[in-house]
Amino acid sequence: MAADLRQRAQRVLFLSLLAAVVTAVVCPFVGGSGMDYGNLLRREAPDWNIFVNLRVPRTLLALLTGAALSVAGALFQALLRDALATPSSLGVSSAASLGAVTAIAFYPGDAAGFPVVWVAALAGAAVVIAFVAALGQLRRFTSFTLLLTGIAVNGICMSLVLLFHNLAGITKSFQITHWLLGGVDAVEYPVLAILALVILPVCIWLLRLSRVLNVISFGDAWATGRGVDTRRITWQGFAAGAILVGSTTAITGPIAFVGLIVPHLLRRVVGPDYRVLMPAAIFGGGAFLVICDTISRSVLAPMEIPVGVTTALLGGPFFVWLLWSR
Amino acid sequence: MSLLAVENLAFAYPGGANVVNGVTATAERREVIAIAGPNGAGKSTLLDLIAGQKQPGGGVCRVQGRDTHTMERAELCRLVAHVPQSIPVDIPFTVEEVVLTGRIPYGRGLYENSDDYAAMELAITRARLEPFRTRRFSTLSGGEKQRVLVAAALCQQAPILLLDEPGAHLDPKNEAQLWELLGSLRDDGQLVLVVTHHLALAAQNADRVWLLEQGRLVADGPPCDAMRPADLERVFHVPFHWHQNTEGRVFLTYGR
Repeated sequence: MAADLRQRAQRVLFLSLLAAVVTAVVCPFVGGSGMDYGNLLRREAPDWNIFVNLRVPRTLLALLTGAALSVAGALFQALLRDALATPSSLGVSSAASLGAVTAIAFYPGDAAGFPVVWVAALAGAAVVIAFVAALGQLRRFTSFTLLLTGIAVNGICMSLVLLFHNLAGITKSFQITHWLLGGVDAVEYPVLAILALVILPVCIWLLRLSRVLNVISFGDAWATGRGVDTRRITWQGFAAGAILVGSTTAITGPIAFVGLIVPHLLRRVVGPDYRVLMPAAIFGGGAFLVICDTISRSVLAPMEIPVGVTTALLGGPFFVWLLWSR
Repeated sequence: MSLLAVENLAFAYPGGANVVNGVTATAERREVIAIAGPNGAGKSTLLDLIAGQKQPGGGVCRVQGRDTHTMERAELCRLVAHVPQSIPVDIPFTVEEVVLTGRIPYGRGLYENSDDYAAMELAITRARLEPFRTRRFSTLSGGEKQRVLVAAALCQQAPILLLDEPGAHLDPKNEAQLWELLGSLRDDGQLVLVVTHHLALAAQNADRVWLLEQGRLVADGPPCDAMRPADLERVFHVPFHWHQNTEGRVFLTYGR
């Protein structure tokens, strides 16, 4: 049986990694605007430049963001023991958005650069995560009450986002609108490298925590009785979630439903054990967002649908189905 | 040095009166101790304090002479296995996987090792879970779930076992088997503390009874001493009677 679980985890890890690699390799070649593959093979402009400077970094950003949002969703579902807990439903995504929008709107000068928006989004996510975790632990809020609190936090944050949007000048207002639509635009490779350096260690830490996440999903009393310091793990887990959501949201804007759809779909396929689910969520989430982004830039080409719209159009019906089948 | 010693243990919820109020007692290996008392007497809270689930407002709890609040959680859980009154019923794991959670205090590796699986097999056998070991926990009856949780605590292989109303969902046959199991654990050298409202079963099966009233330990001794009818009537506000049958066995009944 030990071998069974280990083999199953390895098999799922291999298959989900393969899915991520295949989508990451294939999807940059797919797009609405026709690409001259001869030019690409000869490394000639403009196709080579489009491929290397636009499509590849965009695919890598989608891969990292999908992985981060998906594993954060699985993490919150374990910590709160609620299938509906996600970065969005807890208000973390909207708080990160508020941080980023505040930086874009009020940063002196033309435009706030990546580090400023990034730090502001992380700070927004961290404040809300600390608030939610404190309510859960100090006031003993149930996961249901925390999710209701998340709805209130969402409302407050999005109202402030709208307010700041109105207060910002015309140029910054356009930037905010574009950012709020949520999209995986091409970014520079150093930004991708920084994002990877932040996200990957957190993902590895979560993989190592997955056996403990199993027992935490049994409830605090049971986990504490099995030697788990639930208070410490919960705080650490929420901090990890804030880093994952804040650091990706700063670059892509809010992208809804990835943290909901991917863990739930995978849970139905690979089962509830987080030792199997977490690696699947990391690579499956990455592959899912790469595919969504490819759909977004292909179906109405040369126009582009923001990837946040695609994930929401897929995720909305899924969310209703989930509520229906609970 | 006692295996378990609680000294002047106290606990109160914020802004409330003491739920546990100056409890002092000791317990040794090879004992089954029933903790009895009316609702709200502090039985479950006392168990939570011993298990380290709650921080005492006063006093100290020692296991093998060491203050439990100076111990790492995993270390404490290798000495004390606690089955709380309730846990979520919709856990999507199998019986085997639930039982294996008892091995968490022994290592934080990603996968269980052969010792863990050996302990699981032993616990499943002792709790008679073989027929449904691969079934999902959420599909079991209340009584079966209770046995699985007890098995998980057995899998923890701690010398002290704390059970909070383990017979709550059990039919008479399963409850009798549970008390048999507790007796065999006692014979193997374990200390078992069990919160129960089934005083008649406690009277027949426990070695000692701790009788709690409003957070205080009002009696501690063998059932016939700790459960004198006058004391029980004062605590529970119902008359109790001891009876003896022709074979010499004694029984406790209550009611007018």
